[in-house]
Amino acid sequence: MKKMIALVLAVMMLVPAFALADNIIKIGVYEPASGDSGAGGKQETLGVQYANFKTPTVTIGDTEYKVELVTADNGSSTDKAPSAAQKLVSENVSVVLGSYGSGVSIAGSDYFKNANIPAIGLTCTNPQVTAGNSHYFRICFLDPFQGTVLANYAKDALGASTVYCLGELGNDYDQGLITYFKQAFEGLGGMVITESFPTGTADFTSYLTNATAYGADVFFCPVSIAYSTQIIQQASAQGLAIAILGGDTLDSNVVADATKGTNVKVVITTFYQEGANEEFDTGFKAWLNENPDMLTNNGGNDVISAVSVMGYDGYYTALAALQAAGSVDGAAVMAALPAVTIDGVSGHIAFDETGDAIRTSAFVKTVNNETGAWEFVTEQSVSGN
Amino acid sequence: MNVWDTVFPYLLSGISVGGQYALIAIGYTMVYGILRLINFAHGDVFMVAGIVMVYIASSGLPIWVCIPLVLLITVFVGFLIERVAYKPLRSAPRMSVMISAIGVSYALQNLVLYVTGGLNKQYPTIPWISDTVVIGPAKTKLVTVITPILVIALVVALVLLINKTKIGMAMRAVSKDFETSQLMGIKINNVISATFIIGSFLAGVGSILYFTNYPTVIQTSGAMPGLKAFVAAVFGGIGSIPGAVIGAFIIGIMENIIKGLDVILFKAGIISGPMGLATFSDAFTFALLIVILIVKPTGLFGEKVTDKV
Amino acid sequence: MKKKNNIGSYITLGVVILIYAAVFIAEQTIPSTSMLFTVLKKGATYALVAVSMNLLNGFTGIFSLGQAGFMLIGAYIYGIFTIPVSMRGQVYQYFDGGLVQFTLPIIIAMILGGLAAAFFAFLIGLPVLRLKSDYLAIATLGFAEIVRAIFQWNGLGPVTNGSNMLRSFPNFNDFNITDAQGNVTVYLSTLIPFIMSGICILIIVLLINSSYGRAFKAIRDDEVAAEAMGINLAHHKRLAFCISSFFAGVSGAMLAMYQTTVQAKSFTSAMTYEILLIVVIGGIGSVTGSVLSSFLFVACSEWWLRFLDEQQMIGDFQVPLLRNGFRLVVFSVIIMIVVLFFRRGIMGDRELWNLNFTGRRKNKGDGK
Repeated sequence: MKKMIALVLAVMMLVPAFALADNIIKIGVYEPASGDSGAGGKQETLGVQYANFKTPTVTIGDTEYKVELVTADNGSSTDKAPSAAQKLVSENVSVVLGSYGSGVSIAGSDYFKNANIPAIGLTCTNPQVTAGNSHYFRICFLDPFQGTVLANYAKDALGASTVYCLGELGNDYDQGLITYFKQAFEGLGGMVITESFPTGTADFTSYLTNATAYGADVFFCPVSIAYSTQIIQQASAQGLAIAILGGDTLDSNVVADATKGTNVKVVITTFYQEGANEEFDTGFKAWLNENPDMLTNNGGNDVISAVSVMGYDGYYTALAALQAAGSVDGAAVMAALPAVTIDGVSGHIAFDETGDAIRTSAFVKTVNNETGAWEFVTEQSVSGN
Repeated sequence: MNVWDTVFPYLLSGISVGGQYALIAIGYTMVYGILRLINFAHGDVFMVAGIVMVYIASSGLPIWVCIPLVLLITVFVGFLIERVAYKPLRSAPRMSVMISAIGVSYALQNLVLYVTGGLNKQYPTIPWISDTVVIGPAKTKLVTVITPILVIALVVALVLLINKTKIGMAMRAVSKDFETSQLMGIKINNVISATFIIGSFLAGVGSILYFTNYPTVIQTSGAMPGLKAFVAAVFGGIGSIPGAVIGAFIIGIMENIIKGLDVILFKAGIISGPMGLATFSDAFTFALLIVILIVKPTGLFGEKVTDKV
Repeated sequence: MKKKNNIGSYITLGVVILIYAAVFIAEQTIPSTSMLFTVLKKGATYALVAVSMNLLNGFTGIFSLGQAGFMLIGAYIYGIFTIPVSMRGQVYQYFDGGLVQFTLPIIIAMILGGLAAAFFAFLIGLPVLRLKSDYLAIATLGFAEIVRAIFQWNGLGPVTNGSNMLRSFPNFNDFNITDAQGNVTVYLSTLIPFIMSGICILIIVLLINSSYGRAFKAIRDDEVAAEAMGINLAHHKRLAFCISSFFAGVSGAMLAMYQTTVQAKSFTSAMTYEILLIVVIGGIGSVTGSVLSSFLFVACSEWWLRFLDEQQMIGDFQVPLLRNGFRLVVFSVIIMIVVLFFRRGIMGDRELWNLNFTGRRKNKGDGK
């Protein structure tokens, strides 16, 4: 028996060793696959996987390398993030993509920094992810920008004068976006009330009551998908009359499904609207429908989430950086990244001096309560950001 | 809006969630009464009942088949836990049994994490009790109203069972004196199994009500309600079923009042802006626990026990 | 008797020196990205908190579940007082840089973290230590939850940064010695946590073997008898509680250094349960056992069992069941087996220095 086990273990060790015989380059995918943001993380990973499926190799210099994705589940929590980050580091990845959620990105940041591995943030919008370091880059817009867009929308389109904001305690994404929203909205002369709920809360009825009691015109909850579906369903049961406003995390078919058949108006800002790039849309959907596992990871249907698009663009940004560096060494890629530009599905990507993508517009979308589909509302730009 | 209109919605939420805690708390208090064991896994049994419902309902069975099936499976899980994890430790020190309970809790959570992939599962909508009703100044699901009524009905039935039937008498005897009742010919293992079966059944009912109100289930869903229900059991006097129920209602209501305390104080003109007191909605339960343990360790309705040397 | 103990002590000393030397050499030779060092750093941190919990649960018989709360206090105090002033504007971005505008040396901040934890333990101990076993457990568990809520409250934001992350404080990697170009010349990032943890555990061992330690064990074995022998129950229980919490606080500071960020929401009761399970696997009442099982636990959960979470192919055969989360299922089964069938854990209540090295069988009970 013992010999058997030893044999099995030996075979397992050998398999990766054989694989190494080819020219392989590893890209780390640092995303949550479980926890509150697990649904979003899986969709973001799908985008990367699809890009890897389309372009499985990259030519650096004269050598063709096979790209291998190494995934690590950061569990949507900052205390599980270190070991996930360490796993990628110990696998010697050349560049890291991720994460969905700003808190885990910040928590893993030092591990990548110490190992000289550059990281490309896909949808972590908190400014703190890239501020004050040279190894973290990002291809999405930032919260000061998103907060301003949302505040303008709440003021102009929804005609709000009082906004009730609800975020999760200790979630950097929620708290950051709420802060910037508050700054912008108060700058427009509105009033903002903020509250936070402890992690793991399931009962939001009292918070919804609070919003009504304060006389709020808009309920702003840029929270994880897991919480937002709860909030929408409980809002529907309570007959919440005001609109629910959310950030990019709410752009998921899971949220749309929860809204379907209710009377709750859900408005969000995001990176991409289905239909903007026909080629990507059809290709991605076909790929999803061919792989039942992938379809499950996408929440059971083939609606495209913006985070998948960002995953897709992130992968090509990484490939462009590898080619520009002409090397698989992390430090060389890091040095090459600031100058990388690509025309992605979500728009043109170029980095500014902090390593953030220069983005000037966001899409505003809402859920059709009857069909449960995302509908395009407007594309909003903010000058001076 | 007058004060009542402001406070009423919180009371309503509180009574609803309190009733659901009560159903879990009964399981804690009965097990403690008989085995002197804090069954840390009880909250997870509640969560497992929720997950089982998600999977059974997704198989397409009609809901009137699902509900009894879920209760049956929950009861079986409770029974199995006792047989596997607690029975072999009957003669071991109490600390070992408690550690075993923590181990079971850890195992159940990890098992569900594995099965669900760590993602939130959408609880199926159960017709009728999910309908929206309007009560006074608040709008809510019908389940909110049904919960307290159902809880009281179940508690009356349970008290009758304990006071009027043979198994009930055996339970009372075992909780008074474990060894003597054994000598008197009571089949102690049957009594203990019956206790776990009743407790799990009520947790199953509680999970249906709870998740209809708050419709997502994840492996940690049972941890907080479980702890709060336990606090409720201690508050009411552990071993006392009416005590556990009253404790649960008090905790449910207080918790929701605290979530709305900022608004209530704000409306009353006591404070000028939100103070973030909602942060303490969970912590309050535990503060209450510590206070009650210090002031009246036997709880509201608990009996005084003398220590045996 | 005395003589044999000495032999045991010398052997233990030898083993410990060997381990430290091995760690030092490994660190200079193996690439620092290896998973080994993650395991060693986290293991050293957990070893300290497991031993501190064992001091209470195993040696004094106080069943406390407040460990996560005390670690939280230690971690926060450490973080609050060591974040460089220049970074405070960024970390405390929502609170204008926070109130505290100075830094303390790392060691001072760690000790302060421990003292703060001990102080809170003293306060909470006044009322709750009168309670009996499981009531005490649930009260301390509740206390940890309360601490977590207080540290998350925005009202204390200027000090605790509200519910937001503390970061940028010195971590284990800052102990590496670097040359002028920033290249590491001597790696110390694993040895230092070993030394920190080692010193603290040594103090605990010395305490256990002192007259206080004997009093603790007497309380564990029989409270009434111990009181009759003239041991001041309240005093000794409080002492054990405060000392244990002090070291839990120090290990919290180490955890902060390991994680490089601190956030109150991660110090849940699940963390306490994990530590309790480590103590149980190692053997309740054995310092050596707690240390061993900490490293085993961390290595299994972070490293050795990781392959269970990923699809594995043997030839063309895909091993069934393996996917995200399976590792934890296997892990919980192992724990349940230990809890049910090997209740004495790895070491029972024996210690490395009490093991019979001379080959003669030792009679049960004359280990002291």
